[in-house]
Amino acid sequence: MREAGDGLPVPEFSSTPWTTPVSLNKATVGIVTSAALYPADGEAFSAGDTSYRMIEGAERNLVLGHWSPNFDRTGVAIDLNVVYPIDRLTELVDDGVIGAVAPRHVSFAGNQPDDVSTLRLDSGPRAAAEMKADGVDVVLLTPV
Amino acid sequence: MSTLAHVFEEAGIATIVLSSTRSVAERMNAPRTLHCEFPLGRPLGRPNDAEFQHDVLLRAFELLDENAGPVLVQHPVSIEADETPLTCQIPPRFDPNLHPAVDEAQGLRKAYDRSLATRGSTNVGRSIDADGVPDALLTLQKIVDGEPWKEVGIPGGNTTALCHDIRTYYEEAALELVGALDGSGDVPDGRAAEAWFFASTEGGKTLMEARQAIQDQGGPFPVWFYMAPGHR
Repeated sequence: MREAGDGLPVPEFSSTPWTTPVSLNKATVGIVTSAALYPADGEAFSAGDTSYRMIEGAERNLVLGHWSPNFDRTGVAIDLNVVYPIDRLTELVDDGVIGAVAPRHVSFAGNQPDDVSTLRLDSGPRAAAEMKADGVDVVLLTPV
Repeated sequence: MSTLAHVFEEAGIATIVLSSTRSVAERMNAPRTLHCEFPLGRPLGRPNDAEFQHDVLLRAFELLDENAGPVLVQHPVSIEADETPLTCQIPPRFDPNLHPAVDEAQGLRKAYDRSLATRGSTNVGRSIDADGVPDALLTLQKIVDGEPWKEVGIPGGNTTALCHDIRTYYEEAALELVGALDGSGDVPDGRAAEAWFFASTEGGKTLMEARQAIQDQGGPFPVWFYMAPGHR
């Protein structure tokens, strides 16, 4: 399946933005996933959904809402951290590697329309602003 | 993911992408990317392996030491998505009066229920719940038998969602049967449960035959194609 990515159209970016964060052991770290995770009692993702869900840091009862049939779902059924490493980040705080875990995390659906214009111009910036307001310095982006 | 990296970085948040598809990552010019040649759906690599997951995270965080991007580094470990079907028992034939797939799905129900009790949640439910799986398989069989796909009454009205629920029901039952949820058995490889469903079960066989029948009936591409992974 991975070979299918070779011919995929991708958005063009003429430059690479750059933010230098505070040192990692003082940084607040969040997760942004495209697995379309959502709380089991929350709003599901529709096919082609360009919106996002904020996930509270304590939430573990999550459903994988991604619509593509092309990836493994058993890994995350066994261990949520293989997509959403929330417990690993908590352990890294305990170890003094990172400063803090973000209070909320962001979930998008990876099955986006090809031009991803909503993601770039609307829902993406809104999600980033929410994390910025939460004091997040660094995000780890995990794909599905 | 790389698109969101551009967006978040522009908003003043440093980003690190764990990429799954290197050819895409190379073209996206995201600030920091750790390419992970792991099975799709497992960006941290190995379920129930905290040490390995920590290694992935620490290698990702090392990219924050760079002074300029784009920077793309590959994790040294490559994990293949083995498509050898999972070795998982299929329920013995119980009621010969039932369609084999229906009999089989009913036979898996207790394992599915144990899986749900262990995990506390299920990914079945996009268009039907577990109770609806036997009837959903009968509906697919009607299409195989020649009834027009538009007239059989697809539960929930969406073949992609319906087939997601059927396959997930089987996979979640299988994880319980092989002891992957309580740690008594090994964690299946990346596509092993999928391969088991499509290669070894009556449910998978029925789904694939219905997919072919809808295609043969001239059904639209999105209606039949996404009923199964694209390479099948």
